[in-house]
Amino acid sequence: MIGVLSYLIFFLILALTLGVAVLGLNLQWGFTGLFNAGVAGFLAVGGYAMAMLTGPSRAAVFGGFELPFVVGLLGAMIASGLAAIVIGLLTIRLRHEYLAVATFGIAVTIQLVCVNWEPVTGGTLGLIGIPNPTKAMVEGSLAQNAIYLAIVLIVTAIAYTGLQRLVQGPWGRTLKAIREDETAAASLGKNPVRIRLEAFVLGCMLMGLSGALYVGFIGYVSPFDFLPIVTFQIWTMLIVGGSANNRGALLGALIVWGVWTMSGFFIARVVPPEWQAQSGAIQAVLIGLILVIVLLFRPRGLIGEEIHVSRHARSAPADARPEAP
Amino acid sequence: MSAADPMLRLDGVTKRFGGFTAVDGVGFDLPRGAIGGLIGPNGAGKTTLFNALAGLVPPDSGRVELDGAPIHGLTPNRVFAAGLARTFQIPRPFPEMSVLENTMIVGANQAGERFWMNWVAPGRVSTEERALRAKAEEVIEFCGLTRVRGDAAGTLSGGQLKLLELARVMMADPKIILLDEPAAGVNPTLMASLVDKIKALNARGQTFLIIEHNMDVVMSICDPIFVMAQGRLIYQGDAAGARAEPAVLDAYLGDLP
Ligand SMILES: Nc1ncnc2c1ncn2[C@@H]1O[C@H](COP(=O)(O)OP(=O)(O)OP(=O)(O)O)[C@@H](O)[C@H]1O
Ligand SMILES: [Mg+2]
Repeated sequence: MIGVLSYLIFFLILALTLGVAVLGLNLQWGFTGLFNAGVAGFLAVGGYAMAMLTGPSRAAVFGGFELPFVVGLLGAMIASGLAAIVIGLLTIRLRHEYLAVATFGIAVTIQLVCVNWEPVTGGTLGLIGIPNPTKAMVEGSLAQNAIYLAIVLIVTAIAYTGLQRLVQGPWGRTLKAIREDETAAASLGKNPVRIRLEAFVLGCMLMGLSGALYVGFIGYVSPFDFLPIVTFQIWTMLIVGGSANNRGALLGALIVWGVWTMSGFFIARVVPPEWQAQSGAIQAVLIGLILVIVLLFRPRGLIGEEIHVSRHARSAPADARPEAP
Repeated sequence: MSAADPMLRLDGVTKRFGGFTAVDGVGFDLPRGAIGGLIGPNGAGKTTLFNALAGLVPPDSGRVELDGAPIHGLTPNRVFAAGLARTFQIPRPFPEMSVLENTMIVGANQAGERFWMNWVAPGRVSTEERALRAKAEEVIEFCGLTRVRGDAAGTLSGGQLKLLELARVMMADPKIILLDEPAAGVNPTLMASLVDKIKALNARGQTFLIIEHNMDVVMSICDPIFVMAQGRLIYQGDAAGARAEPAVLDAYLGDLP
């Protein structure tokens, strides 16, 4: 029983941590139509920023400022936000597939930098000994993980509420308008370049936050945690849950991460040992399968978009409509 | 026609696509408070002229002044901010958004357009949003779209989309409204009410420039009238003069098979 509980807590920590990144992608893709194919790169920026700011000081590596956990989270958001501003200014005029190719390339580049820039990133070994703040609070891994889950829940709730405020207001309406018809939006006074850049940067900051939560939990950062498969997972979560719906984004994170970990669990048990090396590939195929099934049968995801943006435009219209014959 | 202090002044506006000159040195003044009519055969360059004025396809040369301030070379959103709002000949709704939200997209400098204000001043954003909604409901009522205001814009009929185009520009209280064939595809009853609406707005001082093929509409509400053919302005003046002008007759008859 304790085993199940502790596993559930562990699962929820990772699922919600990824969920924060899915919320970020939802702002970009779901609401604004920005195709960011480099999610993993922004997770990496946040994760490494966390490691540098809060990690122990080491002679061989720059960083290790031993700052508090919260400073690490904020620093990760700032670092990924700055990276997004630079990349956004360079690529935001590149639309659609161009943006996808550019961000994909950037994420691969970031990962390669992490592997090779040893004096800062620790190279292939990564950075270890990142303090998990709960270790100083209580004894026992179950209690520690429970507290970490509480932290992740609070962060997720803040991110969700903050995003809902945004997307249900005038700014969110403008995002959607730009997504649907940029020319019409511009002709009605909206500045598509500015708004797209804002959405891109805010979304990337959430990805950085997600990376920081992840690193703060597992206690080390490695460049191999940010391979393109992570981008693929996060995209699948968004599409499965429902693009342009923040509840859908979180639901997708829970479902897809559930399938991913459970399939890993079963593969470890039923797949013969000589095939175990391929277990990651089997998992990826499974996730791809789910993606295809959802796209075929529920193209808008499990909970899709609502046509009303504003809190203030929702209720009433129905009351004026005559009943359908 | 008052030559001094026009609402809109065009001077030598030219737009080329490759070797083809779609708008060729068009210049005219539109007085404040007028309903200008822009007519001419298909392909004359009317819509292209609108696009050039609105900054969508910046003119290759020429000057445009709105209320005395130059607007040529500005991006579409800047042109809009300067006070020029236009509709599209082929409507461009935001199809996944409700009619109400399509209309509310045009808010007069709402604080909530800046993302951080939604966090730091949610009360103010809500107040403005309620006021904007009330205004949008009025405009929607005015345009006869009340029954469908909760529907996704992508589900509207062609005529309703035309009215939605009008509703959106009305939200802006611009200095000038450019309408590209507002009556096309709108049924005769609606068309009569559309004409009334334009007149009513004009009575409150709203300046218009209207592209329209329906001559009844043009002759009944537009003065002055500008006629374009093959990119050039071939006539400007009142309706009676347009009927009598040989070049205008030529342009239209030359258009027939
Ligand atoms: N983006 C473009 N690229 C190339 N040619 C264009 C472009 N836009 C318009 N044209 C050409 O410019 C000419 C004028 O087109 P325009 O749409 O301005 O005509 P119009 O007067 O509005 O006609 P209608 O009454 O049929 O709407 C046409 O020959 C058209 O093919
Ligand atoms: Mg036209």
